[in-house]
Amino acid sequence: MTNWGLILSIAKTHLLTKVKQTSVAALGVTFGIGAYITLVCFMTGLNTMLDDLILNQTPHIHIYNEIKPSKQQPVSLYDKLENSINSVHSIKPRLTQKKIHNALPIIDYLSSNRHVKAVLPQIKTQIFYIAGSIELGGNLTGIRPIEEANYFNLKDYIVEGSADALEQTDNSILLGAGIAEKMSLKVGDRVQVSPLEGGFFPLKIVGIYQSGIAEIDAIQSFTNINTIQRILGKANNYITDINVKLYDIELARPMAQDIEDQFNLRAIDIKTANAQFETGTTIRNLITYAVSITLLIVAGFGIYNILNMLIYEKMNDIAILKAIGFSGRDVQFIFMSQAIIIGFVGGVLGLLIGYGLTRLIDTIPFETEALPTIETYPINQNPIFFVIGFTFAMLSTFLAGYLPSKKAQKIDPVKIIRGQ
Amino acid sequence: MEPILEARHINKSFKKPVLFHVLKDISFKIHKGEFTSIMGKSGCGKSTLLYILSTMDTDYEGELYLNNQLITGAERNELSQIRNKHIGFVFQFHYLLPEFSVLENVMLPAKKLAEKSPEEITHNAIEKLKVLNIEHLAKKRASQISGGEKQRVAIARALINSPSIIMGDEPTGNLDSHNADNVFTIFRELSDLEHLSLLVVTHDEDFAKKTDRIITMEDGRIIT
Repeated sequence: MTNWGLILSIAKTHLLTKVKQTSVAALGVTFGIGAYITLVCFMTGLNTMLDDLILNQTPHIHIYNEIKPSKQQPVSLYDKLENSINSVHSIKPRLTQKKIHNALPIIDYLSSNRHVKAVLPQIKTQIFYIAGSIELGGNLTGIRPIEEANYFNLKDYIVEGSADALEQTDNSILLGAGIAEKMSLKVGDRVQVSPLEGGFFPLKIVGIYQSGIAEIDAIQSFTNINTIQRILGKANNYITDINVKLYDIELARPMAQDIEDQFNLRAIDIKTANAQFETGTTIRNLITYAVSITLLIVAGFGIYNILNMLIYEKMNDIAILKAIGFSGRDVQFIFMSQAIIIGFVGGVLGLLIGYGLTRLIDTIPFETEALPTIETYPINQNPIFFVIGFTFAMLSTFLAGYLPSKKAQKIDPVKIIRGQ
Repeated sequence: MEPILEARHINKSFKKPVLFHVLKDISFKIHKGEFTSIMGKSGCGKSTLLYILSTMDTDYEGELYLNNQLITGAERNELSQIRNKHIGFVFQFHYLLPEFSVLENVMLPAKKLAEKSPEEITHNAIEKLKVLNIEHLAKKRASQISGGEKQRVAIARALINSPSIIMGDEPTGNLDSHNADNVFTIFRELSDLEHLSLLVVTHDEDFAKKTDRIITMEDGRIIT
């Protein structure tokens, strides 16, 4: 039979008469949890932002026609030379078309897959930007602006103008920020583009595009898919790239493999394309968690130390409690409940401090050329971090309290009373 | 008269630092209302015996009966309850919980026993303090009162659950003669008026002479 009211009132008296020690122990937890929350929210916020910077613009599966030499040379098909050593020098790729053969049926086919969120055709081509006497090389990509904005976050990177304007205006262009700067062009101006095959096409600038990656912004522009077909003088089934967005990113790899096998095209999934990027993210997460766990463990040791000291100080009390009829269990519960109270109060304060600090960081301006859509430091206030933080506070104080209180349970009152 | 406490053939040895047979075949009875003192030289084993009788020390051979019930071999939790309900303790040093008030110290064993309502317990505790003439100290912190007063608080605490027996380990050993007399008078009255059984280990011959019965020990044996 355990009398919790009595045990808690004894624990409370112990804690309140040692306010200094209690608050030091609780502050240890508070700072540990507060720092954990701040660090995790800030680091994951930053990670998510960096991930989005690359991944949002990257299709889950990118399908295109790759120019590469054939793996099977005619000589290997010839039976009579089967067991001899064949060596063909200077293999060159065969001249093939850039466009994807039967692109429109492939798009229809992929769209009918229930795992697929969106399938968007693109036409990529090299052009020259011409304004007056200046000629600059660059890439022009033909897109479906509205869908691109919806599914690949294109709108986040349009710093002036809009995707709608690109959709609605004939012969319009969404110009890269770097090019606009170099050629001192602004929205409403006209820029002439010239494909490699020759000819000049004046396009109206309806927006400025800034990805945050300077090298891309200096060459990349977008236009409507129909406009580019016209510039290149191709039919409306001329598609060079197909971008697929899935509901579940994990399916990208197997699906890319299937597409390669089925259509004899090159299909690259997001993980293969961003392998080194993934590694960076994993390591950043690893560091975040290593530091957080260290913080929490340090806080745990603080509590362990203080409770240990408390129990040494309270040897006499423990002996007397046992002599007047408290069982070892009761005594253990008294000290355990002290640890848990410290953990609870410290943990809640830590959550509040962590919340406050992250809110504060969230308001600090963070403006950089590279990230046009970011205005303040990114914070990821995921409730799960608060749950983890609080759980860990309770768990570590429980453990830190368990060991010393186990010792208190085993103290032999006779030894203490007679030893005096 | 029925015995409150009975020891049968109690033997105890210390194994550390060397094997030492400290109690040798101790048998005796304490009857209801009897005020008994145990005397003997230092190291004769009288305190060791008291702690075995108090159920705090369970490492012995022989049998111990409290109210005719065998308590040797009982579970630790059970022993805690027995101490709580049936045995009151007064030590040489005062052993109050210093952070608690005098009243809370006295109430603690009753709250642990939890047989009465909090109001009843408070009332009883104040009654006990009145009997011992220290009710004016009730609200004071235990660490703020004098040694003689502390010992009286300790006695009040020992009485709160109306135990079958009160045990004292040199309860006057750390007090001046005035306070020692005071404590003895209290014990005497408890024995005479309320028929409480008392068992007190003491060095003080004057104290022992005034008790009903003296058990003298020498070298781990009872000699008278």
